Amino acid sequence: MFVPCGSSAAPDFEGFTLLLPAVSVGNVGQLAVDLVIFTLGMPKVGYFYTDCLVPMVGNNPYATAEENSTELSINAEVYSLPSKKLVVLQIRSPFVKNKYRSFCQTLLSWVKSSRCAKVILLSSSHAYQRDDQQLHGTPLRYLLSPAIQKTAGDLMQRLNWKEMEKVAAYPGVNDADMVLRIPGGGITTLLFNESCSNGIQMAVLVKFCSEGDNIPDALALVNYLNEWLQLIKSEQNSDVPATPSQWKIPHSWRLLFGSGLPPALY
Amino acid sequence: MATFFGEVVAAPSRAGVDDEEEAAAEREETPEDREIRRELEKKREVHILWSSKLSASTGSFTDEQFPCSKFILAIGHNAVAFLTSFVLNSGCWEAVGSVKLWNEWCRTSNTTSVLPTDAFCLFYKLISDPTVLLCQCNCYVAEDQQFQWLEKVFGCMREEDLQVTILSTCPVTDYKTPESTLTLPSPFLKALKTKEFKEIVCCPLLEQPNIVQGLPAAVLSYCQVWQIPAVLYQCYTDVIKLDTVTIEAFKPVLSSKNLKSLVKDMSKSTEILKKLVTTNEIHNNIYT
Repeated sequence: MFVPCGSSAAPDFEGFTLLLPAVSVGNVGQLAVDLVIFTLGMPKVGYFYTDCLVPMVGNNPYATAEENSTELSINAEVYSLPSKKLVVLQIRSPFVKNKYRSFCQTLLSWVKSSRCAKVILLSSSHAYQRDDQQLHGTPLRYLLSPAIQKTAGDLMQRLNWKEMEKVAAYPGVNDADMVLRIPGGGITTLLFNESCSNGIQMAVLVKFCSEGDNIPDALALVNYLNEWLQLIKSEQNSDVPATPSQWKIPHSWRLLFGSGLPPALY
Repeated sequence: MATFFGEVVAAPSRAGVDDEEEAAAEREETPEDREIRRELEKKREVHILWSSKLSASTGSFTDEQFPCSKFILAIGHNAVAFLTSFVLNSGCWEAVGSVKLWNEWCRTSNTTSVLPTDAFCLFYKLISDPTVLLCQCNCYVAEDQQFQWLEKVFGCMREEDLQVTILSTCPVTDYKTPESTLTLPSPFLKALKTKEFKEIVCCPLLEQPNIVQGLPAAVLSYCQVWQIPAVLYQCYTDVIKLDTVTIEAFKPVLSSKNLKSLVKDMSKSTEILKKLVTTNEIHNNIYT
């Protein structure tokens, strides 16, 4: 459930765009969301308190100075920037076993009750599961629920984006039945299918990637998002997409691969 | 993916939903599956058993809430041994409840006379001020049980200017630092506090990119969301078993506002501590 920070009244998200990550291969969606929150300096407006995610706490991952470094953060928090009509949900831990369906239901009912205009889900999929066609060209894909086709379908054409391909349900046996599969995408397929059935305006942006140093993947995904939402503009020319260096890297990304090595090793 | 040695190993998925789990979920759940799942959930339920002493002292509690102004929680055997030696030794405490739970790692015992090697989770109240509650949690609370534990324990409290103190330990290898963890002077204490906690903290705060997980994180998250002043003191140690050096690393916490008034007689503490560690070594010996 959404719990606002402090004792002020619950913020109004009507007409806002909700951006959230899927916990997926390489954590690319979550890293991309970190970049959006930190670069835009989005303030925290509440918590998404749930028993579906593994608990975790830490000090402010987006600290810029001593003063704001001691604010506690939990596993699911909501940030908002009314000037861009943007609300972001960041998810920082995996699901408790067998709780992912329950999480999807809670999330979608919050989307409906908060009356967000549209939802954009950032996700990723195993690069090694690509078919021959997908090995070429861009590793980025999009999906639109029927409800959002009318408003965003044309834009996708103009941006020359590629829609996520469906695959045969029973490859080699029966190529007629085509289904959507996003291996390594966590709850992406479930959330997307549920949104389609419930008339929710949802777009999914997916990057093919592998586990490893996923910072370049996160930058690619956030630039892809930026082509649509224009969250940050390039300094020289507004037609040119923002360069990776314009996204600010939060300090919580330090030591992603563990502590320093013992000198005695050498 | 192939490892250096040429064997093919399935990489653990960060997606959080295994493909097998997803495939299993897509199949229709049969009545037998549902029954098994329900039985398993029932077996993993967390139950809190309060003794009648609690209602006798506060006068009213049965299924109702009892007033609580201080909640001190020790998680793990070193933190538990610290409170046993330095706080519970004063003889002013009374056992008032216990948690009954089962998971693959432990089953809690119900008795109050426990050994350091037992799995238990016991509640004590201060006789002179029954709104002060202390919990010794010496059992593993699984991921799917943490929320239940939390809701049931805090659900029993009627918060009256509640302040929460949590003590816990974790391996020093979990600590992220640009130098090697081998060079760190462990054990050392780090703290995390909620927004509402305004008291002085007895050690440096835990800096990013370090995080805390498990039951301490669940309790602190609850307190942050529901605006309860709370502080967690996490001791990073390189010793897994019960260890006097690790236990004594918690000593700075005794000067905190919440614990200062509860410490009566430190002279017996060292003796109690030595006895606890020795008992633990005897019972941990596979030859006895």
